Amino acid sequence: MFNRKKKHLPPAATFREVWQKGDASFKLSFFFMGLAQLKHKQWAKGIAYLGLEVAFLIWLVFTGISSLRMLSNLGAIKQKKVVFDEAQGVYITKLPDNSVVILLFGVLSVILVVAMIGLYISNLNSVRKLYVQLRDGEHVPTNSEDLHSLFDSRLHTTLMTIPIIGIVAFNILPTLYMISMAFTNYDGKHAIGFSWTGFKAFGNVLTGDLAGTFFPVLGWTLVWAVMATATTFFFGVLLALLIESKGIQHRAFWRTIFVIVYAVPQFVSLLMMAQFLDLQGPLNNILMNWHLIAHPINFIGASANPLVARITVIVVNMWIGIPVSMLVSTAIIQNLPQDQIEAARMDGANAFQVFNNITFPQILFVMAPALIQQFIGNINNFNVIFLLTKGFPMNNNYNGAGDTDLLVTWLYNLVFGQTQRYNASAVLGILIFLLSATFSLIAYRRTNAFKEG
Amino acid sequence: MTSYRAQRHLSLALRYLLLIVLAVIWIVPIVWIVLASFSANDTGFVSTFFPEKYTIQNYVDIFTSTQFPFVYWIRNTLFVAVISTILSTFVTICVAYTLSRLRFHFRKPFLQIALVLGMFPGFMSMIALYYILKSFNMLNLGGLILVYVGGAGLGFYVAKGFFDTIPVAIDEAAVMDGATKWQVFWHIGLPMSRPIIVYTALMAFIAPWIDFIFSGIILSASGNSKNYTIAYGLYNMLNGTLGKSTTFFTQFIAGCVIIAVPITIFFVIMQKFYVSGITAGADKG
Repeated sequence: MFNRKKKHLPPAATFREVWQKGDASFKLSFFFMGLAQLKHKQWAKGIAYLGLEVAFLIWLVFTGISSLRMLSNLGAIKQKKVVFDEAQGVYITKLPDNSVVILLFGVLSVILVVAMIGLYISNLNSVRKLYVQLRDGEHVPTNSEDLHSLFDSRLHTTLMTIPIIGIVAFNILPTLYMISMAFTNYDGKHAIGFSWTGFKAFGNVLTGDLAGTFFPVLGWTLVWAVMATATTFFFGVLLALLIESKGIQHRAFWRTIFVIVYAVPQFVSLLMMAQFLDLQGPLNNILMNWHLIAHPINFIGASANPLVARITVIVVNMWIGIPVSMLVSTAIIQNLPQDQIEAARMDGANAFQVFNNITFPQILFVMAPALIQQFIGNINNFNVIFLLTKGFPMNNNYNGAGDTDLLVTWLYNLVFGQTQRYNASAVLGILIFLLSATFSLIAYRRTNAFKEG
Repeated sequence: MTSYRAQRHLSLALRYLLLIVLAVIWIVPIVWIVLASFSANDTGFVSTFFPEKYTIQNYVDIFTSTQFPFVYWIRNTLFVAVISTILSTFVTICVAYTLSRLRFHFRKPFLQIALVLGMFPGFMSMIALYYILKSFNMLNLGGLILVYVGGAGLGFYVAKGFFDTIPVAIDEAAVMDGATKWQVFWHIGLPMSRPIIVYTALMAFIAPWIDFIFSGIILSASGNSKNYTIAYGLYNMLNGTLGKSTTFFTQFIAGCVIIAVPITIFFVIMQKFYVSGITAGADKG
């Protein structure tokens, strides 16, 4: 029922016709939303439209226009300065305008204006509908019918209003705000008053003083994402096969042991793992007692070998990640059709051949979209790096990043570390977005091609 | 024949051996965390696997500590968790149901916008959220609740996957009998989705207990550790300004164990749902 595509019909009347042939209330509705509805006793609708327009205009006059105007230069005064006030005859200190707040309210104003335009269009559509109903002598919905439709044909409006307000306020507004921040010079030196600088911050990251950090960190991020996704997936499948193999008893118990590791909150398990792997931690202690090593290994400390540290984070990530992919592959394995495997066995295939040619490709096929999601998740895998190594060991050739830092932890350092390059962090956010979007797009096309072929 | 049987026994024994070795490797660090929480030790460091001396003093201390108001942290987190669970579950279920069962103009664009928004790293918007809450004087637990609830509208994928599996024929039958869409939602959709409501609620409930980043940025502004939630409080104990004194390390571990145990049990019980969440996304491609 849902898959049927609606054909696009031309509207029953053009706006021009409504304007020319409608009575005065229709004409006025083009300026004062809701008047036509009010005249035809659709009180709720009319009052809502009119009230929102009045509220919008009041807001626009009192704060909207000024915050939109300020958006053009993010506040006139950029530096703290002392000026002579002639009226009072004294020197006064003028503080710089707070560009952070100006930008925030500017973006908010733009969103409100866009929302108002959307509302205006919906008003026009509603007016047109009313016009057509009157013209064709159809039944004009009464006030109570309108209200009832909110629980029937327009239930989606009722259910989505609050969530959409939340999404706009806590997702869209912050995202737009940060995107615009990438085009300013907001950093430690311009912490209060900053201004638009176009693509300069992008230049800094891609070719300027941060390029020497950006490209190596990007490279490691990609290596990390590939390795982390591939290892957890591959070994997760193997572990699932091991637990599901013939003769193993108490499967739920074995699975639970592995799941426990994943279930422990990451800030506990990873912070403690960092202690466990410490130069003087238990692991080195155990290995020394067993005479496996002569000197403690510096796995993840500030002066660790970069390669050792990188391998360590990948291994620790396997510790955390394999249980999840084991669980998922178990669910898939249990649903795999057995006939192919039986047939292959009959033909004399050994366990490895069955795995390599039947089981694994089938799991891979089902898992492909989830793997892409995991890959993107790993590009943004903040917890493992931040809690385990904090980006250490430090790299002197990098600007505010260490050898195990990913783009996303570097982004965090740029904001909350000592460098305070807010605009650069926003640029990084946009670049990470482009990276994720590109991979999703490629993957999406690939998996579609897969299905058709 | 006997050789075949012997071979099979050997194979099973080897597989059991491998499984046991892996299980031990996996569980050892967790066991160590629990053991370390019982170790009598004030060096700020636990460098042996088995504690030299066992004590429950750490658990007593963490509850009575004046420097780290652990009880306040639990109370704050419980407050945030309960309210945000109620609101977030409502928001998530509404969005998921609407996107799955109702057809309307804005549906496709909404799904696309949600997809795009999800690709921006969450940290990017943290500074913005900080200033938004600051300009409304909301750098407190209330603001934290708003952030969690505000994000709930985009976490609809698992629940939507669930609603997608309920046959549409049931809805159609109800509509035939004259039910409005609201009645279908209220009397048919919601009762049938009890498992997914429980799952969504539990996930929303757990989130405040394990989130140390957002809560840290929002709550640290007050500078009063009595306002923290537990995850940030504990994290701060080890890394914050106060926490440089690692004398409290074993107390920190005890605190971690206290909150990790219930969360771990929750997760182990809910693992089936978790899997169906991931594969539900996978099926749709």
